[in-house]
Amino acid sequence: MDWGHFLIFTVILFGFVISGVLFFIWYERRGLGRFQLRPGPNRAGPFGLLQPIADAVKVLLKEDLVPALADKPVHFLAPLVAFVPAMAVFAVIPFGDGALLADLNIGILYIMAVSSMIVIGIFMAGWSSSNKYSLLGAMRTIAQEVSYEIPLVLSILGAVMLAGSLSLNDIVKAQDVPFILLQPLGFLIYMTAAMAEINRTPFDLLEADSEIIAGFQTEYSGMKFGLFYLTEYAETLSVSAIASTLFLGGWAGPAFLPGFAWLILKIIAVFSLILWVRATFPRLRIDQVMAFCWKFLLPLALLNLLLTAVLVLTGLNDQLWLAIPLNLALAVVLIIGLSRQYKTGGGHAVN
Amino acid sequence: MPSIKNFGEGLWRGLKITFKHLGRKWITVQYPEQKLTMSKRVRGTDIIWDRESCISCRACERACPVGAIKMEVSRGEDKKLQTDDITTDLGLCIYCGLCIESCPTGKSIYLGYNYANTTYRCTQCATAKTGTSPSDGRCGELILSNDALLPDDIKRPRSGYYRPERAAELPEQTLLVYKTTYAEDRRNKKEGK
Repeated sequence: MDWGHFLIFTVILFGFVISGVLFFIWYERRGLGRFQLRPGPNRAGPFGLLQPIADAVKVLLKEDLVPALADKPVHFLAPLVAFVPAMAVFAVIPFGDGALLADLNIGILYIMAVSSMIVIGIFMAGWSSSNKYSLLGAMRTIAQEVSYEIPLVLSILGAVMLAGSLSLNDIVKAQDVPFILLQPLGFLIYMTAAMAEINRTPFDLLEADSEIIAGFQTEYSGMKFGLFYLTEYAETLSVSAIASTLFLGGWAGPAFLPGFAWLILKIIAVFSLILWVRATFPRLRIDQVMAFCWKFLLPLALLNLLLTAVLVLTGLNDQLWLAIPLNLALAVVLIIGLSRQYKTGGGHAVN
Repeated sequence: MPSIKNFGEGLWRGLKITFKHLGRKWITVQYPEQKLTMSKRVRGTDIIWDRESCISCRACERACPVGAIKMEVSRGEDKKLQTDDITTDLGLCIYCGLCIESCPTGKSIYLGYNYANTTYRCTQCATAKTGTSPSDGRCGELILSNDALLPDDIKRPRSGYYRPERAAELPEQTLLVYKTTYAEDRRNKKEGK
């Protein structure tokens, strides 16, 4: 086993994730500022670039409070259990042809398995806090994350079928054209489900000031809260990286930039999309979120999977000039068709 | 029957609106570098007494509903009333402006036109008293000292409340949307405008 490769890549990945998270925090706050006609953070360093560092120092210096009746070992371990899987996902993300920590032939399966572990960390946090609001918040988050896992996986399967492999490196290589053109519906479902999975607006129901305060992280302060915060952005980074790899061609791009630069640019583009959505939409109610998943996204993902299977089997998806408009048309027809059937939990028509 | 326009139109319209915002000017102000010009008739921050024109009639003291103004008046050698001391308690003051309206001379008492009775750093406040720590009650950090708030300081900016001739001299109120951005201000400063 080549330990040198593992060691160097682990250090690089750690640096990438931490610096990526710091950049995202800055980029999101500046971006939201621009959307809301204000400058955003601009005092710490040029353009406020040192703001995330200042935030980190503040969090580090805060007192670490643990509730008297908390289950202390579990309370302590929960942020770690949430953070480690968020980091581990990057082991199979290719930054260039073969430039990845572990080229697993079941890369996608590994990602889905590892990223689901975060739910356990959240449940540990909610349970061990000995606070009913934390527990309710954790239950709510778990319900949401477990539900959205299904359309998420189904949407990814479309890309897997087109590439004929579960390895992310092979999926990138298989993309003569980015799969977003052959799987537009898959991309939309993936982005929606992923945003719910990482608790981003408009699905950010793990916090609700009037009902459950800050949800499962109510009783966390100091560095442990910082770790949850880090997890949240590391998840966002991983979601952007997976979307770029599966649907936008990953590291592939014109040769004037190296592969990793293309990947980073695509990650930033996907994150900008998530940011744009956050700046636009108000949050939903929990029953609306759940109904949207089970009654709209899941059937849509199943239909997408079925139609992709048909297109792949008939060989239509190899004829790009025909496949791209056909897939786009199918996406529009399926969304409109299913929207007419979709009702929210309360029985009120959405449209 | 929902039309085809209904599907996703709201989502798209929302995204379009926020995207348009990206190119617009900021409407927030970078306080304390930038300050909006307040209304000419603003009632706030200060009570200013004008020693020269005051006839010591105590009308303002009587008009004050909360007793924030205290005057000590005596007769001078020429039998005229004179003010020995005047104190204004800004903690009590409700900035109702009744003292200004009651003044028979029409120019002896004003409301302040200051943005805030604080300074950015205590070193910028020339008369600040400095102590070794805030707990000794004398540290002038972030607040003007009593000396700087003497009621008869001629230099303090006065509001135009109930004083039309004073209001005419004051600048127009700046609306948020017309305010230049922080970036523009910096650019202008660099170009020496």
